[in-house]
Amino acid sequence: MKHPGMINKVYNISDETFNWSEDNFKRASEIIKKYPDSRQQSAVIPLLDLAQRQNSGWLSKTSIEKVAETLSMSYIRVLEVATFYSMFNLEPVGENFVQICRTTPCWLRGSDNLVKVAKEVSNTKLGETSDDKKFTIVEVECLGACCNAPMVQINDDYYEDLDEDSFKELLTDLKQGKKIIKGSQIGRQTSHPQREKNA
Amino acid sequence: MPIITIDNKKVEFENGMTVMQACELAGAEIPRFCYHEKLSIAGNCRMCLVEMEKGPPKPVASCAMPAGDGMVIKTDSEMVKKARKGVMEFLLINHPLDCPICDQGGECDLQDQALHYGFDKSRYEENKRAVKNKHMGPLVSTIMTRCIHCTRCVRFSTEVAGVDDLGLLGRGENAEITTYLEKTIDSELSGNVIDLCPVGALTSKPYSFKSRPWELSKTETYDVLDGIGSSIRVDTRGKQVLRVLPRINEDINEEWINDKTRFAIDGLSRQRLDKVYIRENDKFNVSDWDSALNKIKDEINKRGKDKTITLSGKFTDAETIITSKLFSKGLGSDLYDCRFDNAQIIHGESESYKFNSSIQEVENADAILLVGSNPRWEASVLNIRIRKAFINNSCKIGLIGPELNLNYSYTNISNSLAGLNDILNNNSEFSKDFFNAKNPIIIVGTSAINNSEGTSVIKICAEIAKKLPNFSASFNPLNILNQDISRVGSLELAFKK
Amino acid sequence: MLREEDKIFNNLYGFDDWSLTGAKNRGVWSNTKEIIEKGSDFIVEEIKSSQLRGRGGAGFPAGLKWSFMPKDSGKPHYLVVNADESEPGTCKDREIMRNDPHLLLEGCLIAGFAMHANTCYIYIRGEYSNEASNLQKAIDEAYENNLIGKNACGTNWNYDIYLHIGAGAYICGEETALLESLEGKKGQPRLKPPFPAGAGLYGCPTTVTNVETIAVAPTIIRRGASWFSSLGRENNTGSKIFSISGHVNNPCNVEEEMGIGLKELIENHAGGVIGGWDNLLAVIPGGASVPLIPKSICDKVKMDFDSLKEVQSGLGTAAVIVMNKSTDIVDAICRLSHFYKHESCGQCTPCREGTGWMYRMMEKMVKGSAQVNDIDKLLDVTKQIEGHTICALGDAAAWPIQGLMRHFRPEVERRIKEYRLGEVA
Repeated sequence: MKHPGMINKVYNISDETFNWSEDNFKRASEIIKKYPDSRQQSAVIPLLDLAQRQNSGWLSKTSIEKVAETLSMSYIRVLEVATFYSMFNLEPVGENFVQICRTTPCWLRGSDNLVKVAKEVSNTKLGETSDDKKFTIVEVECLGACCNAPMVQINDDYYEDLDEDSFKELLTDLKQGKKIIKGSQIGRQTSHPQREKNA
Repeated sequence: MPIITIDNKKVEFENGMTVMQACELAGAEIPRFCYHEKLSIAGNCRMCLVEMEKGPPKPVASCAMPAGDGMVIKTDSEMVKKARKGVMEFLLINHPLDCPICDQGGECDLQDQALHYGFDKSRYEENKRAVKNKHMGPLVSTIMTRCIHCTRCVRFSTEVAGVDDLGLLGRGENAEITTYLEKTIDSELSGNVIDLCPVGALTSKPYSFKSRPWELSKTETYDVLDGIGSSIRVDTRGKQVLRVLPRINEDINEEWINDKTRFAIDGLSRQRLDKVYIRENDKFNVSDWDSALNKIKDEINKRGKDKTITLSGKFTDAETIITSKLFSKGLGSDLYDCRFDNAQIIHGESESYKFNSSIQEVENADAILLVGSNPRWEASVLNIRIRKAFINNSCKIGLIGPELNLNYSYTNISNSLAGLNDILNNNSEFSKDFFNAKNPIIIVGTSAINNSEGTSVIKICAEIAKKLPNFSASFNPLNILNQDISRVGSLELAFKK
Repeated sequence: MLREEDKIFNNLYGFDDWSLTGAKNRGVWSNTKEIIEKGSDFIVEEIKSSQLRGRGGAGFPAGLKWSFMPKDSGKPHYLVVNADESEPGTCKDREIMRNDPHLLLEGCLIAGFAMHANTCYIYIRGEYSNEASNLQKAIDEAYENNLIGKNACGTNWNYDIYLHIGAGAYICGEETALLESLEGKKGQPRLKPPFPAGAGLYGCPTTVTNVETIAVAPTIIRRGASWFSSLGRENNTGSKIFSISGHVNNPCNVEEEMGIGLKELIENHAGGVIGGWDNLLAVIPGGASVPLIPKSICDKVKMDFDSLKEVQSGLGTAAVIVMNKSTDIVDAICRLSHFYKHESCGQCTPCREGTGWMYRMMEKMVKGSAQVNDIDKLLDVTKQIEGHTICALGDAAAWPIQGLMRHFRPEVERRIKEYRLGEVA
């Protein structure tokens, strides 16, 4: 399963630099305060997340090193964490990071079709980023929204109760820069049994 | 003492022991890969599984399970045999069958244990995993496909060597051991990971493809490259020295040696001073022993005994020292010395040049004063004990001397005799901690005593030592850390003017 | 069927306001101070006598677990809430956190107090970004209204709740892996002993508990242990959120009484199996880790811990994955094998090496390109993993395959034979 979060290598651009933005530096200090004194290592996952958000969705060599320095950790310990967790991308990703759930509950309800649609609309392969950098399409394991299967996660948000048509529309809208609505694509209230609102 | 039953045999054990240690007491051998006495317990290889009666209906990892009074353990039941066989098979499915070209062959834990506990054939029909080799520097060679992920190397570098360089990246079947961005392991002890690796994943680069263990003659001896004298084994084939390995010696080097000890043997066969040279007009001319000895005789006769000094070197053995001394005496001269570096001692006091507390005692210290010494470079295996004291006893470490790159934190007090006097007069932050400690020790390096202030340094340090709470007629916390293996022996033989 | 007035989760679907105002209208935080003033022993005893079993999968008696926390250890105590909901099929905690977060927070205070803890960390899976956002807002509201923080609810008990967001690792749902992760390391399970109640987070006494278990606690105390234990049956008491997914007409989360019939659950709440009950092939009744049960068992089985154990499966997280006759059942389980291979932490040998081997053999079973005796080899490998690993992920990876072969071996064999015939032709 090709996924930028499941690689053990650091994508190295020699002239890149990473410094905390003023806001993120403040946020990082706030996060560190959640943990007892001298336990700042606990903040490594939230700080890597913060760095990844600041760095367009992926962790570069210098961003990993910055997190290590902020928390007085060695580089290798931070890299261990960055490579262990699937949400830390270690190479650049597209503007829309499309994660299609492939685990049994979603697969039973047609996730394979969603993969087909995603490849088609983005014109790219699984695990890769489209030429226009609009999409990175990956398959992922269970995202924990099984009662709204099949579903995908695009950046931070879940898009649920999909089928081929609605997913195609969703991706096409994204491609054209239109606004899309998160959550159920059939207008269902969360995981309520009624398929349609006010039905 | 509590009692545990191992394979129907009752044995007494000490509280705090693990089931594995208790099994060893009972003479039951427990196979293992990840467990190592000197490292933290990982429990990840699962080879040491044993059956525990009245426990859970599954085997337990004996390396991690604390032994308990009244426990009943079986190490040869069907459950245990099956578990071992299973683990062995899992370890082997992705391990390459390249033993014929593997340097670990013949001394490989995986090979040996596969023979004892494994299947006789493979049921694995899938493709084997291949893992990219990693660069770890000029000393450690890697063939990472062989790695069984026991993490001994990671634990060694983090816990013992004190360098956070090695790690296990990724997860699941894609987990791999590496240094950060494949940098060289930045440690003077890096060679020990070669011994620790139970398979041929980390092997010695200089020794690559040199020999098989059964071709080697093994000679037990001592290292001479620092003042510590680690116990080593020298492996030779014919007249070639092929490698040096540590021997276990709990008093001195535990089971580690530094990289100089391990890898300096290339100097025995390459660019070695193996001819006699005579210096004339600042030029060395090749000669022979007869001419050289005649030349010495002529020079001594020419100068006379008052202008002839006999100096011994770093590696001079005691027999040579005695012979040299007799020789000088024969000339009617007492101009001989082993201290070519001008190191000072207090005459008549052997405690002024010895490591008095014993090396083992260093790890019990809760405060250490370093005077003009960099133990990391001067005595790397001793430095392991200092680090141990730092970790286990929160040992406070103060340094008089220039700033150092040590693998524990320390207070740099000053770089002058004044700083030492402040401690004697209990006049500094560190001196309060030091005098309040239960087991403080002082380590004085040669750079503090090989100059004109040397005698003062020793005297002040000896006075400090006398004020320490653990000072007694039988224990002196003052230690002089010599860098040369022959120094103390030569001084004991009074090879000094 | 669970009566409306016996439901604990009154805003499961988020029709109502999830914020503090809405929560208070639903009775959350109404008499928290009184509950706490009854003392920690009372709370633990009440939970014990309610016979509440942990809702995270293992079903360990909750009150007993809470009572393992030492009374006075001289160290800080921690309550860690496991909101790393990742078991395939399970999406119940998500609804609690986004639609009724205050129910969880009140539970955190009461349970934490009962365990002599002043600090609580909620470890939520990283993908639940919107849920984390709601939960954080709820925490902020609770602080602003002195429900938590210094002198929480006016009880003189100081209580901090922090949200910790994970980053994508199923294994962090295992309690000790979660603690490792919370300490800023890779999520690799620890060896037990020591157990978290003795040495958990930062080496201090810690209890790790599932979101739902904590969220039901305040209502149990409020309405009494006997009310809760009057629902369901002995040792399988109370109500529970069921996540019904897969081939049903209306997949949904629903709170129901423990011990409800599987058929009743599916037909009454999820609109029935697609194609009708007779079109049912099999059900995974408790999340991906438990063995599947074929229709013949589904017809009669009741949904509680002990009933499902009797049929060699388990209630797990009560995530019901329904598969009708259109399902390629071998592929369905093969997908789960892939899941476990992907989520193995790589620490211990049987799981690291075995999950990949099992998956690759399962791939062959899907196609039929194996030999018939490979089925026994595969089963043997599952037995070599089961019980030999540090944590339960090894077992969880083995059981679905064992369940498949127990009930669908003829189907696997048929494929192998068919594939052979195809080759010969």
